[in-house]
Amino acid sequence: MAEMDVDAVAGPAWGGGVAPFATNTKKLGMWLFLLSDSLTFSTAILAYAYVRLSSSNWPRPFEISPAILNATFLTFILLSSSLTMVMAVAAAHRNEVKKAVIYILLTAVGGIAFVALHMMEWFRLFAEGVTPWSNNWGDPLFGGTFFGLTGLHMLHVSIGVIYLCIIAFGFGRRKFNADHVEVSGLYWHFVDLVWMFIFPMVYLMSVNLKG
Amino acid sequence: MSAHDTTALETHQPGTKKLFMWVWFWLLILTGVEVLLAYMRLEPHLMLILLIGLSLIKSALIVAYFMHLRFEKLGLFLIIVPTLVFCLVMILIFVFPDSLRIVRLHP
Repeated sequence: MAEMDVDAVAGPAWGGGVAPFATNTKKLGMWLFLLSDSLTFSTAILAYAYVRLSSSNWPRPFEISPAILNATFLTFILLSSSLTMVMAVAAAHRNEVKKAVIYILLTAVGGIAFVALHMMEWFRLFAEGVTPWSNNWGDPLFGGTFFGLTGLHMLHVSIGVIYLCIIAFGFGRRKFNADHVEVSGLYWHFVDLVWMFIFPMVYLMSVNLKG
Repeated sequence: MSAHDTTALETHQPGTKKLFMWVWFWLLILTGVEVLLAYMRLEPHLMLILLIGLSLIKSALIVAYFMHLRFEKLGLFLIIVPTLVFCLVMILIFVFPDSLRIVRLHP
């Protein structure tokens, strides 16, 4: 039934209407942005792997506590915020505005918790002499790639929190519709997805097995 | 723009609350498996392959269910996933030979 609606709006061949590929243009645009952004992260992670491979004294510093426990908890926070975002999109499509706004704000709180905990870890590393340009444990490029990769991801989370707050405000005031909520959800799940690669590549491959 | 001009397109929402909870549950389980693997003292190559494999499964779950791609028209899938795979293959073609050379430099 819904597909018939789509054909009625877009027609069999897209003639410049609102729905190429049976999705609205906002959603298609977000998917194309995420496609390019995933290549940005892929090349950053590959560069990290290459630099690590070519180094002879790459450290494996992460103890189970606090680093690995903290990073695992960060993964849990991001996955749970993705779940609340899915609930927000479902509520928005059922036109339950208040419920959707609460779920979006819960997601944003998850993002803020992620950034705060991650920042605390950064400052712990600074205190131990690991900065973007120096490293007490070995190759200084460890610091450069670690803060580069996690910083790029944290920038995405921070922008996502601002984006979600704007969407929650606009949707609460009926300025935006459910499609806007769904598109912001796509961005948020992508940020979650990127962490699913950074977590094993940066943390789990650098677990300190001697400790 | 009016608030309801495109809502007719998206009134259908496959996927229930229960399904999303299951996906979330399995993502947590796979994360736990990854953390356990990190402490198994495996060969680095094997460990890397296992971790990347598990991460690919996790990202597939996120894209298919959370990002809803499984319920979209096939055309949207076809412009996104093959493009991404093609670009990644092109990048890897240029990275891999040199990486293998570097591995031999450091025994």
